[in-house]
Amino acid sequence: MVWQTIKRWYHMLGSPRYFYTFSSALLPWLTPIALLVFTVGIVWGLAFAPSDYQQGNSYRIIFIHVPASSGALMGYVAMGVAGLVAVVWRMKMAEVMMKAIAPFGAALAAISLATGALWGKPTWGTYWQWDARMTSMLILLFMYVGVIALQNVIRDPRQAARAAGLLAMVGVINVIIVKYSVEWVQTLHQGSTLKLVGESTINPAMKYPLLISMLGTWLLYAVNVLVRARTEVVWRERRSKWVRKLVKGGGQ
Amino acid sequence: MSVFRAALVRELLVLWRSPAEIINPLFFFVMVISLFPLAISPKPELLALVAPGVLWVAALLAVMLSLDGLFRRDQESGVLELLLTAPVMAVVPVSAKLLAHWLLTGLPLVLISPVLAHMLQLPDGVLGTVMLSLLLGTPALTIIGAIGAALTVGLNRGGILLAVLVLPLYIPVLIFGAGAVSAAVDGGAVNGILAILGALLALTVSLGPLAVAAGLKISSGN
Amino acid sequence: MYFDSFADFLAMGKHGFYVWSAYGISALLIGASMVLAIRGQGQVRQTLARQWRLEAMAKQQAQEKQRRQQHTEHKPEVDDESGT
Repeated sequence: MVWQTIKRWYHMLGSPRYFYTFSSALLPWLTPIALLVFTVGIVWGLAFAPSDYQQGNSYRIIFIHVPASSGALMGYVAMGVAGLVAVVWRMKMAEVMMKAIAPFGAALAAISLATGALWGKPTWGTYWQWDARMTSMLILLFMYVGVIALQNVIRDPRQAARAAGLLAMVGVINVIIVKYSVEWVQTLHQGSTLKLVGESTINPAMKYPLLISMLGTWLLYAVNVLVRARTEVVWRERRSKWVRKLVKGGGQ
Repeated sequence: MSVFRAALVRELLVLWRSPAEIINPLFFFVMVISLFPLAISPKPELLALVAPGVLWVAALLAVMLSLDGLFRRDQESGVLELLLTAPVMAVVPVSAKLLAHWLLTGLPLVLISPVLAHMLQLPDGVLGTVMLSLLLGTPALTIIGAIGAALTVGLNRGGILLAVLVLPLYIPVLIFGAGAVSAAVDGGAVNGILAILGALLALTVSLGPLAVAAGLKISSGN
Repeated sequence: MYFDSFADFLAMGKHGFYVWSAYGISALLIGASMVLAIRGQGQVRQTLARQWRLEAMAKQQAQEKQRRQQHTEHKPEVDDESGT
């Protein structure tokens, strides 16, 4: 019985048409929930959480910086997984996901860098530091740009997705190695031991808004991915009857 | 393994017949390094400080640029298709090609590096580390760069795109390669860093050619 | 509310510039990504609708042309008799 359900889900999400129907039902309620959770987390952190003993109110940037950083990282890993499925099993929806996941992830990486810099200035006196986190995030942004650029240059969408998929797989390995390499450089040069996230014992009054804004960010990411995936599906399947009916009917 | 040897000999011969492909990366290496004393300062103390990084970045760029047309000739002549549909696994001739390429483009960089390191005012004691780090690093750079070359074969203006794809992947090798030389200059523990570099090489050699072959298959519309 | 007044909220204890710039850039990038995604959906449909319309028109024109050709193929038989 469970196996039947799993099989049904696999077909649903693996077939572009079923995915389209599924996301049509999902989006109308996922979108407002995502916006709500995100807003609650951010507003709570901005206006209601207590200020930090050492950093004052500038620490409030954390409520967007950490969600963005974790989202960018998770997005790239998700892209790596989608890439694996696309290259090895040639699953159409995995190819679609390669295109859908990248843009918002790149935006989150950029946000992480910008907010990190704006947090660094009042806290440690400088906008930019080549510390492990910032440097790793910068390299992650470069890798997002690479995946996006590759997909934009290759004409055939299937080839583009699979090429980007291979790149993303290699990239995931690189992300892990880079993290350790850059940390090693820091210890070697006795660089500043910046801990942008602060101490491990984080004040619970700050922990909850942080977790909520993280959840909200991930939900927004999911919405973004679903919308982009739908666009890609409609374009790829444009020769099929259901797409013709959909577009001509002006349906949802 | 005779397939490997045959492919290796063939690739070496092909490269040998177009000497530009061998000499250009070498000259690029020399010229880029020469830019830095002119741009920064010829003062020995300053040069010695930046030398490890300059040497390594120049080598990295030379390797990367040499890879741009790695598969283009084969694609144009149709050899690539044959290579991919041959009964033997594509990894074998691909590995042979990569080895041949490194022997004639990467290894020369390693051999000339002591001269350039001396010109950058690095002390004589570290020249051995310079060569060793490049010896371990340039093959890894060749293989990693070949992944990018495989994915961009046949694209117009592939060169810049290749750089965008490949440079982030080069960063670990760069960090430890230049780090080894820096450590040698400071008199620190070089062997540990060289060991990590060796581990990166091992990882690259074991998985890289597979990725290159997969990339070629994808690019040929398979 | 942690802050005593809205003015305090905006000032963020003299870190206001940094906090609000950070959130401003974030809102901009997230918003832009969302807007672009949604517009992409509409654009692809418009493109497809236009493409199919043009294809239908071209097909119609081709059919008409064929019909006219078939029609004129019959005519010369009538003219030749009146000529020479």
